[in-house]
Amino acid sequence: METQDYQKPTPDPTPDTAPFWEGLKQGKLLLQCCSECGKVRHYPRPVCPHCYSMAYGWKEAKGTGKIHSWTISHHAFHPGFKPELPITLVTVDLDEGVRMQAQLRDGQPDGLKLEMPVKVAFEAATNDLVLPVFVPA
Amino acid sequence: MSLKGKAAITGVGDTRYSRQSGKSVSTLQMEAALAAIRDAGLDPKDIDGVVAYGSMAVVAEDFITNFGIPDLRFSAVTPLGGASAVASIQCAAAAVAAGICNHVLIPIGRNGSSGVGGRIGSRVREMPQFRLIGEFEMPLGAIAPAQLYAPMARRHMELYGTTSRQLAEIAVSTRHNAILNGNAMMTKPLTVEDHQASRMISDPLRLFDCSLESDGACAFIVSSAERAKDCAKPVIQVLGVAEGHPDSPSAITQRPDMTRLGLAKAAPKAFAMAGVTHDDIDVAEVYDCFTYIVMCQLEDMGFCKKGEGGPFVASGAIKIDGKLPINTHGGLLSQAHMAGFNHVVELTRQLRGEAGKAQVKDAKVGLVTGYGDMGDGSIAIMARA
Repeated sequence: METQDYQKPTPDPTPDTAPFWEGLKQGKLLLQCCSECGKVRHYPRPVCPHCYSMAYGWKEAKGTGKIHSWTISHHAFHPGFKPELPITLVTVDLDEGVRMQAQLRDGQPDGLKLEMPVKVAFEAATNDLVLPVFVPA
Repeated sequence: MSLKGKAAITGVGDTRYSRQSGKSVSTLQMEAALAAIRDAGLDPKDIDGVVAYGSMAVVAEDFITNFGIPDLRFSAVTPLGGASAVASIQCAAAAVAAGICNHVLIPIGRNGSSGVGGRIGSRVREMPQFRLIGEFEMPLGAIAPAQLYAPMARRHMELYGTTSRQLAEIAVSTRHNAILNGNAMMTKPLTVEDHQASRMISDPLRLFDCSLESDGACAFIVSSAERAKDCAKPVIQVLGVAEGHPDSPSAITQRPDMTRLGLAKAAPKAFAMAGVTHDDIDVAEVYDCFTYIVMCQLEDMGFCKKGEGGPFVASGAIKIDGKLPINTHGGLLSQAHMAGFNHVVELTRQLRGEAGKAQVKDAKVGLVTGYGDMGDGSIAIMARA
């Protein structure tokens, strides 16, 4: 889809966060990783809260994790999401120790449980935007 | 030094609450501010401090312009969303205790239902503290607080067996109190069955788990303990006050324990400062943007253990005649969504004995909390001097 035809909110990346979004376009889930102490952090930010280093790199995540919580939204709050209601949003503990939220695909919303294994997948939203989703692992 | 006893709430005021005020936000705030100033027995020119609400729809200087205040000596904003009102008490108490000013006006006014500022889904998108959510969650469809907070409630339910019917008890008792109030938007009795039949917004939160969108304004005045004695009404002392920010304050998704709010850090400080125990609290006005948030705060303040909030609220303890009456005005769920400023107004009226049909008998010590901006918390413990 052309970007101008897309009806939902889009991210507005900064130099701190752009590699995450670029990674998604290449089918990779990249997580920010401290160059000093090696700890992974998400969402991306300038300073490592463990050692205060501002040097960081990006590490490709395995893309697997377990459900930490979820919600099934029956109200859109933004007109762009109305056509696809209800939407299931899962919060996932990634194996790397940080969390990520995304919509669940191919799942049974009624049967969700804590700790249920999922893996990340990638969906093109526009020519210039790929969003992560989770599918049952 | 602590802020215990250094400040008092001396004036409170409010407008009618409605779905369509037909007035500007500025007019609403001036109306509520003048009512609070009159209530305190002050002249508008006595106001020498203003803590304006974070939306910045009305700023401190608007009160100089409208009231002709000759020397406004203190202005601030406490950008904690729904925790702002009570955080403003700490801010103003510190200012009056330091001798910067004497009488701090703390107003809110909004056309949250009808207005140009838009309803909640669009308002939060404009707030700077929602930058992380705006980039990483809103594009996925997690737009509004109901959706962002629902995973906290869901996890609590899965870990502790909390049920939707238990949350309903909060909505039901709050509605009961709103009907007694006389200035509440919701005046029809509500049952647990009505709650269970209400439409699902973002599972597990149903329509009647969610607060209102409202037009209106309210305001209160924090004065120095010394100058409070000159005011017209009984002095309501601030005994303990604190704010607290949860870990990962701006993104619930990344919070180590998403069932623990910033209030868990603030409450022990406020109780210690006040020198009172939980059993001393006669009435509590607890921020209620969602039923779950009320229950979680009761746990985080220590009125029951983590995980026991469901049985606690279902026990009848929180009803107007229970051992801890809460939200005696009808709260954000049933009176009006004034971001918890109406909770401060109500606690003041309860402790003065001015709460009408919802008056808690012999209410001497009470508390008010704020919650907002993804989990920030604030608490003030107050007593009639």
